[in-house]
This record gives sequence, structure tokens and C-alpha cells, in this order.
Amino acid sequence: MKDQSLQTRYNRRALKDRLARYFVASGGISVIIAILLIFFYLLYVVIPMFESAEIKEIVSYAAPGDGETLHLGLEEQGTIGVRFTDKGHVVFFNTDSGSIILDENLDLPSRISSVASKLDFVVLGLEDGSVLAVRYKFDLSYPDDIRTLTPRLEYPLGETRLSLDETGQALTQIAIQLNEDGAGLAATTSDKRLVFARYLREESFISGDITTELESRAELPFEKDINAITLTPGLDHLYVATKDGVLLDYSLHEEGFDSEASEYRFKHEISRIKLLLGGSSLMVGLANGEVQQWMSVRKEGGRELTFIRNFHENKQAISSIATEQQRKGFAVADTAGDITLFYSTSQRTLASINTANVSIEQMAWSARAQNLVVADSTNQLHLYKVHNEYPEVSWDVLWGKIWYEGYDEADYIWQSSASTNEFEPKFSLMPLSFGTIKAAFYAMLFAVPLAILGAMFTAQFMAPRMRQTVKPAIEIMEALPTVILGFLAGLWLAPYVETHLAGVFTLLLVLPAGFILCAWLWGFVPNKSAFEGWEAAILIPVVLLLIWLSMSLSAPIESLFFDGDLRSHMSNEWGLNYDQRNALVVGLIMGFAVIPTIFSIAEDALFSVPQHLVRGSLALGATRWQTMTSVVLPAASPGIFSAVMMGFGRAVGETMIVLMATGNTPLMDMSIFQGMRTLAANLAVEVPEAEVFSTHYRVLFLAALILFLFTFVFNTLAEIIRHRLRKRYSDL
Amino acid sequence: MSAQQVKVWFKSGTPWIWLNAGAIAISLVAVFGLLLLILFRGMSHFWPADVNAFQYENSQHTMTVIAEIIESESVPVASLHNIKHSETGSTGDEHGNVTRYLVKTGNRDILGSDFRWLYDIDLANREQPENIMVLERIEWGNFYGYLNAVYENEKLIASGEAAWPEFNKRLHRVSEIRERILELEQGDIGAINYQLERLRLKERSLQLDNKLSDEKIKAFASQRKDLKLEYETLLLETKKLYQEVNRDSIRAMVMDGSEVSIPLEKIVKSWQPNKMSVLNKLGFYMQTLWAFITEDPREANTEGGIFPAIFGTVMMVILMAILVTPLGVIAAVYLREYAKQGVMIRIIRIAVNNLAGVPSIVYGVFGLGFFVYFLGGNIDALFFPEALPSPTFGTPGLMWSSLTLALLTLPVVIVATEEGLSRIPKSLREGSLGLGATKAETLWRVVLPMASPAIMTGLILAVARAAGEVAPLMLVGVVKLAPSLPLDGNFPFLHLDRKFMHLGFHIYDVGFQSPNVEAARPLVYATSFLLVVVIVTLNLTAINLRNRLREKYRALDG
Repeated sequence: MKDQSLQTRYNRRALKDRLARYFVASGGISVIIAILLIFFYLLYVVIPMFESAEIKEIVSYAAPGDGETLHLGLEEQGTIGVRFTDKGHVVFFNTDSGSIILDENLDLPSRISSVASKLDFVVLGLEDGSVLAVRYKFDLSYPDDIRTLTPRLEYPLGETRLSLDETGQALTQIAIQLNEDGAGLAATTSDKRLVFARYLREESFISGDITTELESRAELPFEKDINAITLTPGLDHLYVATKDGVLLDYSLHEEGFDSEASEYRFKHEISRIKLLLGGSSLMVGLANGEVQQWMSVRKEGGRELTFIRNFHENKQAISSIATEQQRKGFAVADTAGDITLFYSTSQRTLASINTANVSIEQMAWSARAQNLVVADSTNQLHLYKVHNEYPEVSWDVLWGKIWYEGYDEADYIWQSSASTNEFEPKFSLMPLSFGTIKAAFYAMLFAVPLAILGAMFTAQFMAPRMRQTVKPAIEIMEALPTVILGFLAGLWLAPYVETHLAGVFTLLLVLPAGFILCAWLWGFVPNKSAFEGWEAAILIPVVLLLIWLSMSLSAPIESLFFDGDLRSHMSNEWGLNYDQRNALVVGLIMGFAVIPTIFSIAEDALFSVPQHLVRGSLALGATRWQTMTSVVLPAASPGIFSAVMMGFGRAVGETMIVLMATGNTPLMDMSIFQGMRTLAANLAVEVPEAEVFSTHYRVLFLAALILFLFTFVFNTLAEIIRHRLRKRYSDL
Repeated sequence: MSAQQVKVWFKSGTPWIWLNAGAIAISLVAVFGLLLLILFRGMSHFWPADVNAFQYENSQHTMTVIAEIIESESVPVASLHNIKHSETGSTGDEHGNVTRYLVKTGNRDILGSDFRWLYDIDLANREQPENIMVLERIEWGNFYGYLNAVYENEKLIASGEAAWPEFNKRLHRVSEIRERILELEQGDIGAINYQLERLRLKERSLQLDNKLSDEKIKAFASQRKDLKLEYETLLLETKKLYQEVNRDSIRAMVMDGSEVSIPLEKIVKSWQPNKMSVLNKLGFYMQTLWAFITEDPREANTEGGIFPAIFGTVMMVILMAILVTPLGVIAAVYLREYAKQGVMIRIIRIAVNNLAGVPSIVYGVFGLGFFVYFLGGNIDALFFPEALPSPTFGTPGLMWSSLTLALLTLPVVIVATEEGLSRIPKSLREGSLGLGATKAETLWRVVLPMASPAIMTGLILAVARAAGEVAPLMLVGVVKLAPSLPLDGNFPFLHLDRKFMHLGFHIYDVGFQSPNVEAARPLVYATSFLLVVVIVTLNLTAINLRNRLREKYRALDG
């Protein structure tokens, strides 16, 4: 019996032992899992940015209602479409089936000869020279808890038509822009005139009636055939594209046309022109299927339309350009029915499709660019579903120079958001990476000499008793929270350095000189062997004295050499601008933060050099210093190298100090007196505010991934080097 | 000394050794200098400084300025470009410098800003009148002036000599009533609101499961009615207390001679610094320090105490310690006791090193994406659908912060525990196994107890690190001002989904995101001082522990 119970007890204990083994092993593996999880999750968030977009045809049917399609529009979520026909009807239909919801007759006296639009605002140019402005709206209601949209029409410039051409000629092309007071209309007539008119719009408070009055009108005779015209949002330019491939830029002012137009020649006929969201970029569609992007750029002598970039995927003449409503993307269709989706800033071709195989006449986007409805030359409508979430990013956008709207040349810019919808997000990681390297560089500039020289002294020359105090002191240095260091840097050191700049530079010169002077003076002190190894302690009062001296001399030096103000002298004489929170301050404080990292590893390496080597060298007659430089340093050099690498890795990842001690401006300026923005500080500032899973969010995760990989590579390399060093020592 | 001698001297290396020593000296001076700076500025914040009355004259006008001197500096006259001086066209003292004083005049509601610069060339006279009174107020900062009279609802109660004691008596009473109001509003009424919200969530959850019957609806309605009745009674009580509190006020004279009326309800503390002896000031100092640690913040964190930040930090650190210790110890045990030499150990060591080297902000980003949005979002969908679209765990909070920091400080615990385990002599383990214990039993009963000081060291270092780490917390759970503490009297008592305040973040927020940086700066120093004291103490304890451990096992190894 006893054997039995002993056996069960033994089995239970063995079971517990085995369970413990698996449990502990899982704990050990979990460390690997943790780091892999971090890497793969970051990758998982980043990868979708580089996938291409998808476009798929959902349904296709004959255009609902009678007549050819002159203009298409979509409701915000793409469930209801609107079609303006050449018979003067406005047809609202369900996009998934084509069933008609509302067919409104505009009762126009003559045929529509041209159409222009701005989002849901459509202006119709008629054959009798008059113009009618219509806006389609959808009222949202929830009868029986079902989301219902009821379409209706509004007449924002009044229900009466505006007489644009008094001679009653048909308007062959038309363009419109709205502003707070009213609108500007431009048109070409069938007897070859170019007309531009400004209207004032008044809405009566009481009755809600709208009256639109003509404010000014100007005309210009025009011989060439015009293919397209468009107006800029500020009503300051009129762009005219002629059949023989010339783009004319007319400046407009209060009364009409300003002066002679600027001419830009193209190699092919211009078939379509369209302004992108925001109205700064003009997309020019050519007869060879190419679309070019042009912007107004400031050059000596004024502003000029300049070619920025081109998009050439289509082979036939461009028949339609549809620009997205909330981003700088656009869709292009040609006479062969090829539809291609592009994004302007990143110059990306995102997707293309051709289901019509005939010329595409009209296209319309839904508000968030998820649906595209298209009318082809056989009056067939096609509805496409588009999945295009992250077009703004490409390798070039992240790492190359891009010519952004409103800038005079291509540049590296990080500006991820602004207050308006028409903003062009600028996602270049170059300024941030540059800032990171710059901050780390200046930090290492201050930290490496102090840490390594200090480590050399502590390992080989310092008295053991003092070493016991110094090592904990350095550990305390490492333990100081970086938020406190950052706050001291931003609120105390930065203003102090600004007013005592001369003193700081004096100090940098005076300190080494002072130490050497001390060394020389020490030679005259008798009985000094008791103090061997305590040189550092002796120098502490010296350092304090030199600091006090330099700072007190700062003001006199400034008034003596620099007319009382070093900073204005620097900016006037040497062109160096001084920013209060700059790289000097960051270098000093971040250097302070990084010193312990470099120090402990370097000191460890130097201390572990086998003593028999050191003693052998001394016995052969070398001085302590010669032993250090010729024997100890070379032996420990991998360790020192690894220490510097770890320090650099730490400096690159440092967030709080940089956040508080720099101006956080994403500049690319190597000057020590200017601020910067680093990848890490940028993450701290922008991640809480970025829209979750948007392009901005994913680019920030990409920055985090870059930081992760960078420190991974550095740390692993440093570890491998240290490992080899340990093996080398055990061999010696 | 000839050039040759100098060269030899340099080659011997002595000056270079001194340069090296200098590097250490600079580092030591830097460390202790910074600590002393924080100590000094932090601790001086609470000392009741003397208040001066200056006679200020320049070309435009003469006036009295009542203020505390904050700092003074000597600046060259040439750099004062934009200041208009008195018409004598000063050139400063013999060095061409003038001294300027940064003084705090308080009275932000009357003067617009509480600080200004005064130039010594414009100051005619300076004295310290005894009767100057300083008031710490609930809003608009400090008040400096002379007490004229005490009023109750427009009726004069005391003036002249009798005003001060009467004022203090009434202020004491008002403070008590104010505390009682706070208890009622935050405690009792807060509990009722919390219960109402829970009722709503319960009702909604039943509705989502289609289990909401009519009788349940009635039950909920009656519960709501009961709670509303309770609320009404409490509201009446607070209304009464408000009336009592609003009845007293004082009239005081400010520096330009005019008189203002200040209701006692707006005053937190009052003192007459120029009359206080050193002993009085010391007592006042201690009181203020205590208030700083135990009170809630006011005026967008630029005044008042930092209790919620201390509490939040402590809660998060405790939670983090519970999460990190088991995992760290197990991983270290695996590395040291179970893993076979070779690839696995090297990979785990590389993983640990990289966990240690990853920048803390990357942890924050990972924590936000993975813990908050992925895990938290799924938890919300599974367990808290009734609260949606308002997130419960799908938003930054206490639990995710502790988890993120546990991941961040994991390497610290692993390294410390490993070191402890490595110092335990093999003979002890072998002896235990020789006596018939299994490996698990040896570990549990012999090795781990001996390693517990090392584990403690690791834990202390991890706690010190977490108290000071701010960057990841900015993303996963810390806020500028938390409406309530994560631990309170309402079920489930520990609210893991709440956002909290943190000492380190407090420093960043008050120092850099305050509307009034000058007023906030002493507070930032004081908070930094507290944080530094805590962290340095923790680190010294850990170092001490570790050294004692090493000594102890050096003897054991023999």
C-alpha cells in the first residue's frame, strides 16, 4: 500500500515538474513573441499603404429617362445618381438598378448647348445665349426608421435665366465659379466670341427670393476653335484650350480681361481641362491620352503656369476628367473606354478598367471617391465600386523631392495636416529623418568624448574607492527621467544659453585648457602619491570655478567683441540665425542623457581587459598613458565601438527631450543654432491626433517601424560585437 | 620650459590623463548640479516670500507696485532696445549694465498679467509694509493688497485691527463648508450619476438581446425615480450650503489705491508674509507642501496640488508590477535554468536586448494600435456592446497603459532576475536535486527564494523607470485633467478603462501646454523635485540591494 501512495505522489510531482517546464518555456518564448508581435503589427498597419487600388464594375444599364447625358452627378454615398439630359430634364435614379425616382422637367425654352459644374452646382448654357444655374439636393429623413433620401432642385442664382449673351448666340462652352457675393461666368459663343461676366447675388431675408444682377461683362473676339474653358476659384484667371494645342491664360480683374493672354503650346490637341480640388492645379488632357499637371509658380517677373508632372496610361484622346471631391486624385477616361485612376501628388497610377469599350463621355465621383458612375457614347451608364484608400503615398513621396501646390520648386516637406479640406498632405520623411540624425549627431558630439574619456579614466586610472561613488552617480544619471531633462532644457537651459551664448563658447575652450593647466600645476605639488587616482575629485572645484568664470565673463565679452549682442552679430555678420530652442541645447542635454549608456558599456569593456596585459606593458617601461593607448584601447575597441552604437541608438529614439527642447519645426538645416523635428517627437505629437487607419496614421506607423528597425539593427550589431569581444578576452 | 620639454611632457601622457579626469569631473558636476537646481527651485516654491512695495517712476507716471521679487538679472543697456526709460537717458552702472527684476504682482483679474519686469533705474523706493496680505484664490491666481474690512451680505462686521482675526475665522468656516460641498457633489451626487448610467447600460444591453420586457422597463423606471428623489434631496442640501458660503466677503485695497471686494468663497488661503517669523514661515511651508501632495489641481493645472497625478502614477505602477513580475521572472528562469545552450538562448537574448533598445515612443504607437484599437475594440464588441459607439476599452486607459509599460520594463526585470539567478552557486541546486527534489521543486523552494532580493531589485528599477516614462503614456492613457480617479467607491471600484494623470506627463503638460508658463514654472520645478526624489530613492535602494547581494554571494561562492 505504501508503495502505491508513494508512486502516486511521485507521479504527481513528476507531472508538476513537466507542467512547470512547459510553463516556463512558454514564458521564455513569449519574449520572442513580444518582439515579433511589435514588428509584425507595425508592418501590418503599414503594408496596406503600398497596395494598389481596386475598381470593379457593379452594374450597367441604359441611361434612365430620355435623351443624351450632358452631365452626371452622384449623391454623397453613391446610392442615387442624377442625370441632366439634352432634352432639358433632370433625372434622379437609383444607381443599383437604374429605376427612376424623380424626373423633373426644367421647361427650358431652348436646347442646352453646354454644361459646367462645381460639385452639386450645375450651370446650363442654352442655345439662346442664356444661362440657368441648378443645384440638386437630397433631403434626409427617417420614415419608419429607414434612411430615405428625397431629391429636389434648387435655383441658387434665381429661377429666371440669366442672359449672358445678349445677342442670343448659342453658348458652346461654359465655365463658372462661385464666391460669397455671387458668381463669375465665362462662355464661348457660336459666333466665336469669348464672354466673361460677373454677377451679384442677393437673397431677400423675408421671402427667400434670389435676385442675380449683372455686375460687369466683357467680350473678346476669338478666331480659333475652343475645346474647353475653365475659371479659377478666385475668379482671377480664365484658361482657354484651343483645338490646335494652345493653352491661353487670361488674367481677369473687376471689369473683365486684364491684358494679353500668356500662351503655352502643347504638342497635341488639348481635349479636356479640369482644375483639381483646391483650384491650384490644372489638369490638361491631350489627344494622345496624356494628362499633364500645370501649376501657377512664382518666377522672376511674376507668376507663370508651369508644367509639373504628367500621367500617361491612356492611349486614345482624353474624353473626360473627373476630379475627386475630397482629395487630389482624379479619374481619366478616353475615347476607347479606358478609365484610369490617378493621384496627383504621388504621381501614382492606381487602377484601370475598361468595360464600356466605347468612348466615355461623362463621369462622376461620389463624395468619398468610393463610387464612380460613367456614361458612354451609347448612352449606357456603368457604375463602378472603387477601393482606393491610400493613394497619397509612394516611395518618391516619402523619400524624394516633390513639387507641391503653392511652392516654387520641388522640396522635402513634412506637413501632414491643415485646417481645410483642400489641403495637400505632404508626407516626406526626409526632414524628420534629417532632424533625427542631426539631433543624435549633436548629442553624440557632446556625449562621446565625455563618456569615453571618462570611461578610460574610471576603468584604469581611478582610485577604487572613488570608483564606487562614481559608478552609482552615473547610474543615477541614467535613471533621471528624460521628461525632467527635457523640461530643464526647454525652460531653463535654452533661455540661459541664449543670454550667455558667449559664455558657453568660452567654456568649451576654457575647460580643456584649464585641465591641462591643472595637470602642469599639479606637477609642483609635493607628496602627491596619496592622491593618485583622485584627479577627478580634484578637478571638481576647478570645473565649478571655470563655469562661474566663463558665465560671468559672458556679458563683458559680448560687449567687447560683439557690440553687446552676440546673436544679432551672428545673424548680421555671418548670416547665422539663432533660434532659442536649437540643436546646441538639445545636444547638451541629450548628450547628458546618453553619456551613461556609452559610459557603462565602454567602462565595462575597458575594465575587463585582462590585467596581465596591462601589467606586462607597465613592466616593459611604458607609462600609464602609453599602456592605455597602445594596449588597453585596442583590446577594448570593439566594446567601445559597441558602446557608441548603443548610445547612437538611444539618441535616435529619444522623444521627450527633443519634444521640449526644440522648436519642433521640420527643417533641413544643419546649423547648430536652428531647431529640428525628429521622427520620435513627431510621433508623440501627431499620433494622438491622426485619424485612425488613415494614410496619415499609417505613415506615422511607418516612421515607428523605421525607428524600430534602426534600433534593431544597431542593437543586434552591437550585441554581436560585444559577444565576440567576450570570447576574445576569454581566449587571451 | 623649452618646446622639447613640453613635447616630452605631453607624450608622457599626464595631461591627457587629466583631461580624462576632467571628463568625469564635468559629468559629476552636471549630475549633481542638475539635482541641486531642481532641489533648490522646487523647494523654494512653497516658501512664503516677503512682499515689497516699490515706488516706481518713469517718464510717464509714478506709482506703487506691490509685488514679490522672483528673480533678478544684470543686462547690458544696449540689449534693452524696446524699453523707454526715464528721460534722463540712462546708461546703467559702470559696466553699462542695469539690473532688472522679475516681480510677481498677482491680481491677474485686475492687472491682466501677474508678472512684469522692473528696472532698478526706475525704482525710487522699496519697503516691506507689515500689513500686506497675500491671498491664494480659486481663480485668477494670487492677490496682493491690504485688508480693509470684513462684510457679511453687505453688512460691515469688522474693520481696522479687528479685521484680520475675524477674516481668518470666517475663512476657516468657509473652507469647511466648501469641503462639505465638494464631498456632496463629487461623492454622493457623483455616485447617483454613476448608478443612473449603469441603469441605462443595463437597459440597453437587455434591449440589444431583445430581452427587454415591459415589467423590466417598469422596474428600471422606478429605480430611476428613486435615484432622482435622492438627487433632489442632495441638491437641496448643496444649495443651502452654497448660500452659507456666499455670504461673507472682504474689501481690500490694491496697489493703485482702489478698493475691491472679494467673496470669501473664492479664497483658499491667506497670510501676511512680512509679519511672519521664521518659525511661522516654516510651519506655513510644511502646510503648503502637504497641501501640494494631497490637493487637486486648479486653473488648468497651474495651481493647486498634484494628488491625482500621484495617485494615477501609483495605481499604474502597481498594476504594471503585477503584470511584469511573473513574466519577467519566468523568462529569466527559462534563460538561466531550462534553456539549452545554443541558438534558442541567443535568439531570446537578442530579443531581450532589442526590447530594451526599442524607443519608448514605438511602444506607445504599438500599444495604441494593437492594445487599444485591436484588443480594446474587440473587447468592446464582445463584452460592452451596450455602451457603443462610446468606447469602453477601445480607448486609451489605465489597463492599456500598464500593459504597455509592462512590456517596456520587461527587459529590466529579466536582466536583474537573471543576474540574481546566476549568482546562486550551482552546488545548492545540485544538492537539492541530489536529495530527490524535482527541478520544479528546486526552483520553487530553493532557488527563487534566494533570488528574491534580485527580483526585488528588478522590480524597483522597473517601477522607477515607469514613474518617469512619459512618451508612450501620452498615446495610451494619460490625460491633462482626469475627471475622476481610477479607484473610487463605485462598483467595480477599480476602473481599468478610465484615463488617469501621471507625474511625468504633468511636468510636460504644465511646463509646455499651459496658458501661463511663468506662473506654472515653480509648480513644474516642485513636481520635478518630487519625481526626482522618488526615482533617485528607488534607484539608490536598488543599487544598495544589488551590492549587498553581490557581497553575500561572493562569500557563498567561496
